[in-house]
Amino acid sequence: MAEFEPVIGLEIHVQLQTRTKMFCGCELSFGEEPNTRTCPICLGHPGTLPTLNARAVHFGLMIALALECEVAPRSLFHRKNYFYPDLPKGYQISQYDVPLALTGMLAVPGGPTVRIHRAHLEEDAAKLIHLGESGRIHGAGASVVDFNRGGTPLVEIVTEPDLRSAADAKDFLQLLRTTLKQIGVSDVNMEEGSLRCDANVSVREAGEQGYRTKTELKNMNSFRFLERGIEAEIARQIEIWSSGGTVVQETLHFDPVTGSLTPLRSKEEVHDYRYFPEPDLVPLAPTAEMLEAARSALPELPAARLARYERDFGLPTDAAAVLVGWEQLGRFFEESLATGNGIDAATLARWTTGELVARLREQGVEDPRESKLSPRSLAELVLMVQGRSLSQSAAKEVLAELTRSGGDPASVVEARGLKPIADSGELEGLVERAIDQNPAAVEQIRNGKLQAAGAIVGTVMKETKGRADGSEVNRLIRRKLGID
Amino acid sequence: MLFRGPKRLRSPTNIRPMIDRDQVLHVARLARLRLAEDEIDRMSRELSGVLGHIEKISELDLDGVRPTSHVVELENVLRPDEPRPSLPKERVLAYAPDPAAGGFRAPTPGR
Amino acid sequence: MSREVIALSASEAVARLRGGDLAAAELFEAYADRIAALDDQLGAFLWKSEHVPGPGGGVPLAGVPIAIKDLFCTEGVPTTAASRVLEDYAPPYTATAVRKLFDAGASMLGKTNMDEFAMGSSNENSAYGPVRNPWDRERVPGGSSGGSAAAVAGGLAPWAIGTDTGGSIRQPAALCGIVGLKPTYGAVSRYGMVAFASSLDQCGPLTRTVTDAALLLGHLAGPDPCDSTSLGLPDDVTLPARTDLAGLRFGVPRELGPEAEGIERGVADTFNRTLEVIAELGGAIEEVTLPHAPHGISAYYVIAPAEASANLARYDGVRYGLRAEGNGSGTLLDLYERTRAEGFGPEVKRRIMLGTFALSAGFYEAYYGRAQRVRTKIADDFDAAFGRCDFVVTPTSPTVAFKLGERTGDPLSMYMSDYCTVPMSLAGIPAVSIPAGLARPADGGGPEAGLPVGFQIAGPAFSESRLLDAAYAIEQRIAFDTTRAFLG
Ligand SMILES: [Mg+2]
Ligand SMILES: [Zn+2]
Repeated sequence: MAEFEPVIGLEIHVQLQTRTKMFCGCELSFGEEPNTRTCPICLGHPGTLPTLNARAVHFGLMIALALECEVAPRSLFHRKNYFYPDLPKGYQISQYDVPLALTGMLAVPGGPTVRIHRAHLEEDAAKLIHLGESGRIHGAGASVVDFNRGGTPLVEIVTEPDLRSAADAKDFLQLLRTTLKQIGVSDVNMEEGSLRCDANVSVREAGEQGYRTKTELKNMNSFRFLERGIEAEIARQIEIWSSGGTVVQETLHFDPVTGSLTPLRSKEEVHDYRYFPEPDLVPLAPTAEMLEAARSALPELPAARLARYERDFGLPTDAAAVLVGWEQLGRFFEESLATGNGIDAATLARWTTGELVARLREQGVEDPRESKLSPRSLAELVLMVQGRSLSQSAAKEVLAELTRSGGDPASVVEARGLKPIADSGELEGLVERAIDQNPAAVEQIRNGKLQAAGAIVGTVMKETKGRADGSEVNRLIRRKLGID
Repeated sequence: MLFRGPKRLRSPTNIRPMIDRDQVLHVARLARLRLAEDEIDRMSRELSGVLGHIEKISELDLDGVRPTSHVVELENVLRPDEPRPSLPKERVLAYAPDPAAGGFRAPTPGR
Repeated sequence: MSREVIALSASEAVARLRGGDLAAAELFEAYADRIAALDDQLGAFLWKSEHVPGPGGGVPLAGVPIAIKDLFCTEGVPTTAASRVLEDYAPPYTATAVRKLFDAGASMLGKTNMDEFAMGSSNENSAYGPVRNPWDRERVPGGSSGGSAAAVAGGLAPWAIGTDTGGSIRQPAALCGIVGLKPTYGAVSRYGMVAFASSLDQCGPLTRTVTDAALLLGHLAGPDPCDSTSLGLPDDVTLPARTDLAGLRFGVPRELGPEAEGIERGVADTFNRTLEVIAELGGAIEEVTLPHAPHGISAYYVIAPAEASANLARYDGVRYGLRAEGNGSGTLLDLYERTRAEGFGPEVKRRIMLGTFALSAGFYEAYYGRAQRVRTKIADDFDAAFGRCDFVVTPTSPTVAFKLGERTGDPLSMYMSDYCTVPMSLAGIPAVSIPAGLARPADGGGPEAGLPVGFQIAGPAFSESRLLDAAYAIEQRIAFDTTRAFLG
């Protein structure tokens, strides 16, 4: 059977976290009562006109620059015409042939590099609440429209078909999500719909030029569903082609309950959106000041930060990824690193992404700054471990105490009597006693099973409440048993 | 000397329809207009007359002419992102032909 | 007393009100009484104010009443656009232009009849019945601001505002023998004007004198943060004072001039006489050419319907306005199609169809794309003409007022009424129509003395003050009696 290669492109809608809607002064809605955030403009009353939200443009430019797009010197708004109850004017104000931004890219470190086809500004539709066929409210098959969401600013990002697997699509979307979140333009919540992703999927035989018919997948409102939906569609298409069939172009709706894809009946109509330039809005020609404002508002982007962590600090990719994905943690790490003279970045990263994360999760804290731990204390603690003046297990106890109650590591070590046993005479005595208490282990070690030494180490540790240096204990055991 | 003036703009009476019955029905569907039976043929006739006249612009040489969609030469007209009061819900829903459950009721699409 | 008060032009009335020898309430009541008694003859008003305003001496317009075209949103007051689809609609807000007039101390006499959604040139497309021309009740007042024009000409309002998309202020002003100004696109805010064709719509005055037009424009114009395409005017509008035309050049475009085929004989004669008046006043007459102007109607009847097809999509029976009653099939499609079939009249449907077709897949470039390029060429033609002359002059309407029903059977012949006014709309430039005399229609009917003929003067963008100054000089010399068709 032929080897098939998936070809995937994504269309992402991002709700911008401005204060007001795209074209009117209504505040954005966060679960308010239906139809409490509306005005004549966003209800499409006769005679009303749109006015473009400056911050939405600013956020749009930030996204364009973050995705390394070319910003159009003069982009236009168009009307996209279709009838739907959630569309109050009978058209959506969007951008069409001259969008805000073209040809960018986002490279997933260690993953795919995805070209961005375009990014444009538009307004969101309202929300349709289906009352159902047999609801208590009279009127079978009726829906109710809530216009609170209508007119929320959106940026639509369209990628080139550069993705080759569902996992890549997920990785890409995750990085895009982290990027959008960290540049501060959206709260990117997939479940709540502030980040929405559709996928265009086709497959072709390996080495084949050109693309085959694609289908459009909708409603994948989590990363897991995105991955599952795309996987299911790839399998379905491969099955069709392999059995001599033909994939037809259609829109498929992903059902998260069954994991199945069902064709959406087209909106009662062949699509003919009759785009034409929006006469109520003038062209958008970002000035040098607007571009500079957008550029200077951008923090270091996640992909760049990850590369820097790997390059400059020699961090392993997984630890770097955690620090980049968890913005405040990464910032805490860097602050801590800056205070610790001679500290090993990889060790600090391991402590930050391991023990510290575990403690923060316990406390339900999102920002390490909200715990009692200071970046300096973390650095001091890690330096103590590094310099063998504190054992690993004692350090864990100290860290827990610091995140809970604060203070500096030296005082906690002192107060809890966690100073390592520095006197080698005392340690030797303890090791000798432990050897006596573990004859079975000694036997095994003599027979070549060196890992049996763990039992003896354990006894020492128990005896010292973790204050002994593990590697020193190991060294003493070997010497005593004469197996060096 | 005579120039082509408004008099020539009378509807031609016997030209081939520029827009036939099927097209009328297609366009009426796009525009969500239900046409009565007699309206369909009349629409085809009337629109064909107007389009027959409009067609004359196809004779003009417009190569390289930029399209005008705005006559004002404004750019970057932006509104500060500052909230303005929304309307009270009661006021908004008072306009609804069929209010229900705090919203505007309509038949569910696609049925 | 009442008749004397009614005969005052708006600016004269303002002067009397501010001088204290006339009370705003008295003036308002004089008009309100006339409307109540006489409007049956015209059908100019769709809604009449019963509120008599209090004293308003201190503010610029001092309480002088005004008639408002029913295309302007007025908070809590019915605003129908003369359509069934908005029959019981009273908007939640007031249009900027109207708000500015209220702020200046004007009071609203009523809302005037019009062609439905401003689509028409005869006012016969109103869902609430036609308006009749005060000069001859068997004839149309023109459109779409027919109610505003008839009210002013018939002495039922001192002045009015209307809207002009392709001639909807100038043509009815011409047919009713009054002054009508379409300002430069962007001079007056469109916020709250029910949209017909957004890139063309512009609000302007219909008045008995050029001075009134200038006074009203001064209060209407200005940039509006609610309208991104509004600019206002670069300078304050000055009241016209010019008595001669020395040093001014008036271009007569061959294509829209008196010899163009289809211009009525009487209209051409009046136009030529007005050129003589201009010469007497020291103005120079030059022939200019607007080669693409004859294609204005074609471009206009693509662009305006295309924009209208989108602007009128919101009337769907979901949020406000008419909703088709009865069960039908109960589907959304059925609700939309029946609501819009019931809500819109034939001309509105025709234009929605035309515009939808012109934008639809496969036809966009041939129709909409080309029409936009023709629009560019027409604007370029005017630019070239204004390089040679200060103003372009044409007859406003090819004919005087025609009979009710005369053109309703043939849309294209109705569209012809806009032949001389559409090019200025497409170019976005200001143009004023002033009454230039009386002429007998080609059909030989009408009053013995004839029917009013309008003279159109167009200038470059934002030249309103100069334009009105020139119009004033001509007006003073012609001395047309704009109270002649007063009812009663
Ligand atoms: Mg979109
Ligand atoms: Zn709003």
